[in-house]
Amino acid sequence: MTDAADLRTRVADLLAAHPPATTGRAEFLRARFDAGLAWVHYPQALGGLGAPRSLQAVVDAELAAAGAPDNDPRRIGIGLGMAAPTLLQYGSDEVRSRFLPPLWVGDEVWCQLFSEPGAGSDLAALGTRAVRDGDDWIVNGQKVWTSSAHVARWAILIARTDPDLPKHRGITYFVCDMTDPGVEVRPLRQITGEAEFNEVFLTDVRIPDAHRLGAVGEGWKVAQTTLMNERVSIGGSRIPREGGMIGPVSRTWRERPELRTHDLHQRLLTLWVEAEVARLAGERLRQQLVAGQPGPEGSAMKLAFARLNQEISGLEVELLGEEGLLYDDWTLRRPELVDFTGREAGYRYLRSKGNSIEGGTTEVLLNIVAERVLGLPAEPRNDKDIAWKDLAR
Amino acid sequence: MTDLLYTEDESDLRAAVRSLLTARADPAALTGGRAESGSPVDGALWQALATEVGAAGLLVPEKRGGQGASHREAAVVLEELGRGCVPAPFLTSSVVATAALLALGDEADAAAALLGDLAAGRRTAVLAVPLSTAPDGPLPAAGRVTGVADAAGADVLLVLRGDGLYAVDRADAGVEPQTALDLTRPLAAVTVSEGTGTLLAGRADGEAAVRRGLLTGAGLLASEQLGIAEWCLEETVRHTRERHQFNRPVGSFQALKHRMAQLWLEVVSARAAARAAADALATGSGEAALLAAVAQAYCSRVAVHAAEECVQLHGGIGMTWEHPAHLYLKRAKADEIAYGTPGRHKERLAGLVGLDAP
Repeated sequence: MTDAADLRTRVADLLAAHPPATTGRAEFLRARFDAGLAWVHYPQALGGLGAPRSLQAVVDAELAAAGAPDNDPRRIGIGLGMAAPTLLQYGSDEVRSRFLPPLWVGDEVWCQLFSEPGAGSDLAALGTRAVRDGDDWIVNGQKVWTSSAHVARWAILIARTDPDLPKHRGITYFVCDMTDPGVEVRPLRQITGEAEFNEVFLTDVRIPDAHRLGAVGEGWKVAQTTLMNERVSIGGSRIPREGGMIGPVSRTWRERPELRTHDLHQRLLTLWVEAEVARLAGERLRQQLVAGQPGPEGSAMKLAFARLNQEISGLEVELLGEEGLLYDDWTLRRPELVDFTGREAGYRYLRSKGNSIEGGTTEVLLNIVAERVLGLPAEPRNDKDIAWKDLAR
Repeated sequence: MTDLLYTEDESDLRAAVRSLLTARADPAALTGGRAESGSPVDGALWQALATEVGAAGLLVPEKRGGQGASHREAAVVLEELGRGCVPAPFLTSSVVATAALLALGDEADAAAALLGDLAAGRRTAVLAVPLSTAPDGPLPAAGRVTGVADAAGADVLLVLRGDGLYAVDRADAGVEPQTALDLTRPLAAVTVSEGTGTLLAGRADGEAAVRRGLLTGAGLLASEQLGIAEWCLEETVRHTRERHQFNRPVGSFQALKHRMAQLWLEVVSARAAARAAADALATGSGEAALLAAVAQAYCSRVAVHAAEECVQLHGGIGMTWEHPAHLYLKRAKADEIAYGTPGRHKERLAGLVGLDAP
């Protein structure tokens, strides 16, 4: 049985054999994968040791303390957080060995072809079609809100393979090659002026059946694995006090007394308290994970930070007064990452509007909390037994 | 780093308190009249809590007759007392008065004897200051002090005068019960004549001790508020799952589900805030004042919100005297004012974190 002490020994061995100071980043990351310290709960030879998932925090903390390079988990977040657990659970041995190492090291970026113009929160209503053609599938349709599509090598994709079944059935899950000639990625410009997301048009995209994950028609079940992992996003990082959006506005308050009003003071203090409490709740969740007591609190954190980011950034624009009327830059840009602190208040205000929509809207997540955490009954559904092709759209 | 989880010992203590309260604290007796009696405390229940569970002496070191536990354990007891809306002088005597006496140090003989009695559950004591007093708020001058919590049932009043802190037997003081909003934490006006009581400490030490008691009370009150909010949420979820209207459980309506899910988010956050304050007090952290202020500014609102939602989502039942929801609403609203309002605590925070007013 692998325990924390054993993992510390393995980390020490890795660091001794590949000193971070003299080892290239990619080389170190490959060695870490081979040592089973990438994600300790994965099987041996797939970057893990079959250890309890909670012990990952021990490894991450030891490696961070030693100054080891990390794999830029934000840049490859979709691959790490969503594709990898799905590949692990549903991929064949060949698929897992082919995709997991470059995914973890960051050599290959992944994106997620789920949402469509007509299927957002009601994701199971999706209409992208996949039709069997010998050993391949031919895919046609349009996806949207696709982060990283312009830099991705691979995508996880769900498509409808049987329109005569009710919407949750007749969906199949694939790995899509983003270099296929039928894949067209177009920037989708947002309210910030940037194009962080994309529209993806799929025209006669050919996917080998070997790149199907799970059984034909069982794609919704497979997608649940992906989506559950998307929401367990909070990890081992510690946020210092004023580490989030409350930081810039608090600093402005301290440095610019001429901007202060009594009304803003009251609101700032209320938000400061809420930000500090959210920070403490995040820290408590982190401690629960380290102690092997995962709880449903993770879904609370996304909801809390979405609302706080929006309220704090709104207050910040207002505090800036005349300067709040200005914006830093409307140039169309294609950032790989959201960088809240690298931009100014107006950008934070506009971008944070997405926090309550992306990764599940606040409304949908509240339903999930109500039903799965509190055990409240589901609302009646009227689309369960109707064939997808007969649904109103 | 602050430990925000519950230890195994703390969970055992919670189980012991909960089992005692389940067996012996009957909400029906409270709603059935005891709450209105002016002396809602069930003496036998309090004795059992104080002596069988050892709750009264949790904060007192073993060598001074107590359990040698910490604020973290006291916080767990308060969560359970809040969850049961239990009328008991634990917060006022075992937490606030005890913390004040402990702050006087080992030398004060009279204080040591009193502390031993409090820890053993032989007597109870309360600070003769209004329940609304914030840790940094103005302290009352000698004479008549109103709004003193649990004074009528206490054996000893700790009175701050111009020349020091005194222990005064209740029999030697004038105690007039007041009609309180919170039926489960009785208030009284206290009048003490000059020259009564035993001197415990001079003015400076006495004032510092009182402020320590108030800070401890504010920091740990958050745990009582957490317990109140938890009960209100659980009871509301239970009720809305069972109550049918329009041929569906009312808890299946999204408008209600979102409100309960929102409350759950607040309860999760309140738990982190309350644990942080309790841990900071337990470890003597320099952040105790800051984290107590954060916890009070946040948890007060959560408890009130939870109790208000409990009444509303119970519909007409929530407005009745028979249903205990009103006891929780009254306790939550009174707790919002106890040891400083959220606004007072935010003002205090502004100074502590350098976010000065215009």
